[in-house]
Amino acid sequence: MNRARVFLILGMCGLAMLAVGCGGGSSAKSNTVVTPSSGQNVAAVAVNGGPLGNYANGLFVSVTVCVPARSTCQTIPNVLVDTGSTGLRILGSALTISLTQQNGTGGQPIAECLPFLSGFTWGPVQSADIQIAGEKASAVPIQVISEATFAVPNGCKSFGVQGMDTLDTLGANGLLGVGLFAQDCGPACAQSGAANPGLYYACPSSGCQVTAEALGQQVQNPVAMFASDNNGVIIELPAVSGAEVSLSGSLVFGIGTQSNNSMGGATVYTVDQFGNITTNYKGQAYSQSFLDSGSNGYFFLDSSTSGIPDCGTGANGFYCPASTDNLSATNSGANGASGTVNFSVGNALSLFTQNDSVFEDLGGPGMNAFDWGLPFFYGRNVFTAIEGKSTPGGTGPYWAY
Amino acid sequence: MAVPGRLFAALGENVASVQSDQVHMQASLKTIQAATHVVHELRSPNGSVVREYVSPAGTVFAVAWQGPWLPDMRRLLGSHFDEYERAMQAQNGGRVGRRPIRVELPGLVVQTTGHPRAFAGHAFVPEMMPQGVKAEDIR
Repeated sequence: MNRARVFLILGMCGLAMLAVGCGGGSSAKSNTVVTPSSGQNVAAVAVNGGPLGNYANGLFVSVTVCVPARSTCQTIPNVLVDTGSTGLRILGSALTISLTQQNGTGGQPIAECLPFLSGFTWGPVQSADIQIAGEKASAVPIQVISEATFAVPNGCKSFGVQGMDTLDTLGANGLLGVGLFAQDCGPACAQSGAANPGLYYACPSSGCQVTAEALGQQVQNPVAMFASDNNGVIIELPAVSGAEVSLSGSLVFGIGTQSNNSMGGATVYTVDQFGNITTNYKGQAYSQSFLDSGSNGYFFLDSSTSGIPDCGTGANGFYCPASTDNLSATNSGANGASGTVNFSVGNALSLFTQNDSVFEDLGGPGMNAFDWGLPFFYGRNVFTAIEGKSTPGGTGPYWAY
Repeated sequence: MAVPGRLFAALGENVASVQSDQVHMQASLKTIQAATHVVHELRSPNGSVVREYVSPAGTVFAVAWQGPWLPDMRRLLGSHFDEYERAMQAQNGGRVGRRPIRVELPGLVVQTTGHPRAFAGHAFVPEMMPQGVKAEDIR
């Protein structure tokens, strides 16, 4: 198709090869062409080092939050775009305006502990009007991440991960969870008793206790609350060869709601009830696999099964092959759709010696699953459809690319 | 009646603690016999599954978990929890990013993958693993 662009990619690949070896696998990567998008439903996003300059493969956007029904607003830059979770979470230390605290039926303030692999977020649930690009949602329950407002409860500490309530620990001013689900927890958190997983707390002055939180009160996917273009998102990022300093792209709201967000030839992969698909790799099926713009690499298996050495000190949690490994896997959805994914894993220690923040071939161990992180999104338009929402590709939840 | 101090099953503890754990989780217990060990599978009302791998001598040499959220790691890892936390903290620094958990110490391996609404992981003491049992079998 575009001969000039092909030459450009080859040229960059050659340059990258001098330093770390050339990442392969991009040739068969895309089945949808990435074109720059514009419109009121399009937010500019960037992959770069983030607010501290040390983030690897972090996708950032600006989000405007306002006191509900007031004109008191603040635009928060450097919010991580995360298709692996649901809901807006903003560092309390990044907020200069006071949002509206949510109170429970007994009048006590509500707080939440949400566990991620990289740490938990703890802090009060508050209400905000949200604006991203030209899209608005009113009175959205969000989380303000703060361990100073209410003491972190033991149940939160017992998840065995650390609190992420500072710029240092979160690496961003907040998280914009635009994943498959409409609420972060769902029906389980609305129940009382043993079936409640214990994420939401009522916090009287005597201390926080686990509480049941109605679906509509839970931290919401803000996209699902937009007046229109509310059935999902597309992340559009150009292809990357090797490593780059930064990358620009689009976060597009709505699927098939406007002329700029049609599905084109994308294949729909429906998910199971947990939000997972199956990845087949070297004859084994890994049924707990997922796409996640908030993961910063390809994370799969462990060193003994993948045969790829761990980096150890200097790049804990990443793979360090002697030379770049070009690999292939097949994703399949619950709907039976399947497709091949070619990907590469380079040496993370070598990659990190450069002044780059965008890595096409960053990978690491991830147990008996494939976590298709941000590199998967380079050179693909990836659709995330929200549960229960109607789209031209069927009712969400699903991924399509 | 529960024996004081044996309220929780944990990595490295004796099988006697598993029954107490069932009470704690309000879980249903299933026992699976393997060649070199026994697996106690506990399913809780919130959809979480914990499997405890027990040696012929009655020691829990590995645990695996799967569910919408992370389990009570302090309870599952028992006396290993503090070294696990210290190892996690020691991994801070360098490039920031969000990725699966992997802690590998001489006497403890912990891995966790997943995302909100779907987590899975395992922990084991390498020198306590029976011959022929591999890390990927603990699931």
